[in-house]
Amino acid sequence: MAAISRDEVAHLARLARIEMTDAELDHLASEMDLILESVSRVQGVAGADIPPTSHAIAMQNVMRPDVVVPSLTPEEALSGAPAREEDRFKVPQILGEE
Amino acid sequence: MSTPIIHQTAAEMSADLASGSVTAVELATAHYDRIAAVDSDVHAFLHLDREGALAQAASVDASRKAGEKLHPLAGVPLALKDVLTQKGIPTTCGSKMLEGWRPPYDSTVVANLKKAGVVILGKTNMDEFAMGSSTENSAYGTTHNPWDLSRIPGGSGGGSSAALAAFEAPLAIGTDTGGSIRQPAAVTGTVGVKPTYGSVSRYGLVAFSSSLDQAGPCARTVLDTAMLHEVIAGYDAKDSTSINAPVGKMVEAAKKLDIKGMKIGVVKELSGEGYQAGVLTRFNEALDALVSAGAEIVEVSTPSFEYALAAYYLIAPSEASSNLARFDSMRYGIRIGDDGSRSAEAVMNMTREVGFGKEVKRRIILGAYALSSGYYDAYYGSAQKVRTLIKRDYEAAFAKVDVLVSPTCPTTAFKIGEKSDDPLAMYLNDVATIPVNLAGIGGMSLPCGLAPEDGLPVGFQIMSPALKDELMYQVGGTLEAALQSKWGAPLYASAPELAVK
Amino acid sequence: MALTYDQAIELYEPTLGLEVHVELNTNSKMFCGCATEFGASPNTQTCPVCLGLPGSLPVVNAKAIESSIRIGLALNCSITPFSRFARKNYFYPDMPKNFQTSQYDEPICVNGYLDVTIDTDEGPKVFRVEIERVHMEEDTGKSLHVGGATGRIHGAEHSLLDYNRAGIPLVEIVTRIVPGTEKYAPEVARAYVAELRDILRSLGVSDVKMEQGSLRCDANVSISPRGTGVLGTRSETKNVNSLRSVERAVRGEIIRQANRLQTGERIVQETRHFQEESGETRSGRSKEQAEDYRYFPEPDLLPIVADPAWVQELKSALPEKPSVHRKKLQEAWGVPDKEMSAMVNAELLDTVEETVRLGAEPTKARSWWLGEISRLANEKAVAPTSLIQPSEVAEVIALIAAGELTDKLARQVVEGVINGEGTPAAVIEKRGLKVVSDDSALMVAIEAAIASQPETAERVRAGNIPAAGAIIGAVMKATGGQADAAKVRELLLKHLGQG
Ligand SMILES: [Zn+2]
Repeated sequence: MAAISRDEVAHLARLARIEMTDAELDHLASEMDLILESVSRVQGVAGADIPPTSHAIAMQNVMRPDVVVPSLTPEEALSGAPAREEDRFKVPQILGEE
Repeated sequence: MSTPIIHQTAAEMSADLASGSVTAVELATAHYDRIAAVDSDVHAFLHLDREGALAQAASVDASRKAGEKLHPLAGVPLALKDVLTQKGIPTTCGSKMLEGWRPPYDSTVVANLKKAGVVILGKTNMDEFAMGSSTENSAYGTTHNPWDLSRIPGGSGGGSSAALAAFEAPLAIGTDTGGSIRQPAAVTGTVGVKPTYGSVSRYGLVAFSSSLDQAGPCARTVLDTAMLHEVIAGYDAKDSTSINAPVGKMVEAAKKLDIKGMKIGVVKELSGEGYQAGVLTRFNEALDALVSAGAEIVEVSTPSFEYALAAYYLIAPSEASSNLARFDSMRYGIRIGDDGSRSAEAVMNMTREVGFGKEVKRRIILGAYALSSGYYDAYYGSAQKVRTLIKRDYEAAFAKVDVLVSPTCPTTAFKIGEKSDDPLAMYLNDVATIPVNLAGIGGMSLPCGLAPEDGLPVGFQIMSPALKDELMYQVGGTLEAALQSKWGAPLYASAPELAVK
Repeated sequence: MALTYDQAIELYEPTLGLEVHVELNTNSKMFCGCATEFGASPNTQTCPVCLGLPGSLPVVNAKAIESSIRIGLALNCSITPFSRFARKNYFYPDMPKNFQTSQYDEPICVNGYLDVTIDTDEGPKVFRVEIERVHMEEDTGKSLHVGGATGRIHGAEHSLLDYNRAGIPLVEIVTRIVPGTEKYAPEVARAYVAELRDILRSLGVSDVKMEQGSLRCDANVSISPRGTGVLGTRSETKNVNSLRSVERAVRGEIIRQANRLQTGERIVQETRHFQEESGETRSGRSKEQAEDYRYFPEPDLLPIVADPAWVQELKSALPEKPSVHRKKLQEAWGVPDKEMSAMVNAELLDTVEETVRLGAEPTKARSWWLGEISRLANEKAVAPTSLIQPSEVAEVIALIAAGELTDKLARQVVEGVINGEGTPAAVIEKRGLKVVSDDSALMVAIEAAIASQPETAERVRAGNIPAAGAIIGAVMKATGGQADAAKVRELLLKHLGQG
């Protein structure tokens, strides 16, 4: 049985904001199936008593003092903008929330 | 006939610059000439900053003339992997997504290089967003291995290593998430070091997998690598994961040439089945050389390494799926489909479809899956636990030995196109390099000869405990000297001549 | 026939939950050194970090951590021994990284409460609002929707983004479900937000300006048919920009939901937006298909392990609770409950307190602010505090006490200050409003009045004291009302041998 369905891949592509054709979805679903089969071997290796490691080197309480440092100029900030209007980033109409 | 200037080591160039027998401008120019002559075949570079580099070189020359005290590497040219930001210089990460993007800021690595007076020639090719082991995933064409142009130069930092092997630069910067410095070094007969995680700032390194990424030095010799290591390492308040501790004395360690009494562990799980015969032959010869130099070799078992590859291919894509979300065409990079009729959401979807290559999409989807609510514990969570086991395996091993060693890769350079349709086969390349990243420790690859069956370079990996990177240089420097005295010349000198245009 | 609020409450039991976002007033942003000035020109307070440029990395602002812990302590929370940031992954153009760095399952403060007192039909009653968690996150940028008629998102042709606000530290304070509020749910919601705001202000951690968005409230409301005990589907109302709106939004939601259920429709789990003009809520994004945020621990940041000794130190240095402080003020001022709550409800308590601190008598300060100044503010439809400073009011009150202004003159002075004619002293000078208190100057006027009414003067000399009124009136008229009538009376009677 496949570990991941084509619909699941389509859902993930939506979550990841990547448009995909039906052919791409089919291809990716079969690839993902193989990959997942291979990586699923991590399951059950470590017992419940083993803590997860999120950071290679354990440290804590790394903070900076609340001091203002110079920002970029708007010119620098907007230098890579695909579109701009005066000093703002110009983007297509935003759907969704208000 | 004297060695051409571009064949010198960085240390030799440094000495010549100091003595005044060559200028930084001459050195940079010689390397640009070399690049012009061979890079159409090698394709190591994506962008050359001739103007900026020559200005930097001229300024170093002027400072030297004025009697200022300079860093030993001031005026020595370097090739920069295109995943690190350099203010005003195109930074693509090998992706179409960032075509034309010129960052408004310097990465800390670049700032450190500039401060030392190192001359940055240009940006080198890589697998898109550092995902790959061959540079075949670059949106800007594959880099070719100077030892055999039909073969891959390794990846993701194939451009940097190829530039070294092709004498287009004596120094290079790579980044290593699962082996992207060490595997290219191995297959191009050069040296590459992944420092301890947190010892080189990641600020300005475009993130692939934040908890694994680490920039590091690449060169043709252990000493050159050590010199560059000292330039780029050090605490940086802009990177929360940066370690606030003094940088070890890498150059001193590389020059020691003494490993008497050191205990060196051979990782049982990183050899044998799946490893090319010639790779094992040269690896074992290197072990003999270490024994002759006075080291004690012991076999060490690290049972959890068996799961390292699987854990890596969950953790890295998970972090990547989040890190790469910012490429949405709103603030920088390319934008596709904005014809006035489409919403921001639709334009994002189209841009990401067009801007990302196949491997990147594959990993983003895999990562999104591993993090999604129903699967987090089974995939991402389990992988993080395996990471703990791998760390513990290393801790147990380092309680018994000073450093660990293994072949860097199971095979020598494979043919371009050979594995590009089989992601799992491609992933297997990283089997020996990945555990180092998962544990955050140091790893080095240096050449240990040419595999008898194909005449291609074989890499020897040295792994050191966290923050003891100097041990890699001590062992690596000693091994390099021993092998070179046996061969009569450095390995890179036996690389085939490239056709000059 | 639509249900009224009272009818809705008769049939349904409301349940309340509140999420308050507070922008901290740190100098720099949560994860970078950019300034946090409100109203700066677009994209002047941005850097690689808060623009989410490739390669940039966050570093936590220590002051934000400290403020969050102090907020937690003031809300009777436990400070967790280990907390950390996670990434909340979703795409939105005003969010530069397309994930929000936020605390998820390991917040910095948990399990607190806040007591609020409501005037109920049975007298004042205390409601305990339990706090589930206090956690840190970062704000988003701001979008401006261009084209279309209303400046709203719908119908806009494109949007313009300003990331000055992106990365400003936010603290989110989440309550548990507040049970048993019955018909007082709207009042409890309002009182909770008001009390929370006062606490935050007393801590000095935020500007707490709802109208500028530095304090934002999301109200979660559900209702269940009486007697069923079944928790209803909740809606989350955003865009609630004042205390009054909090109350109106909760009330409006209860009515709306009750009417839906009454007509056989179901409640949709969704985000709704409060409409300031109508007092109603409008449907926003449906949350029926729950977003999968794919949270995971932020690899670029490290855990926060708060030193217990430091937490204790912060705890012992907390300012007095506003409720305790209010009680003390009330006792010191000797004001009845009703007047006290009038000041609280008018949001003028701090202002009155400040005026008193500057020397004014409490009753006078209260009556000026709640009386004349509030009346003028009402006329102009602005906040009283925007018209005149406590120091100016205190100055006017002091002049009255010194006999240099009459109440009538003082009203003219206040009016002048509000009209922008300058400080009270300047207004008095310009308008010539000073009380004529110089005895010799008054005597000239008194003698002139006596001379013009010799017979009346004679009657007063003969002991007919009330007859003095006519002469006093003449003096007041002659001095243009600027004389102190009591003083005039005193001088006149003395002069006529009756003092
Ligand atoms: Zn910033």
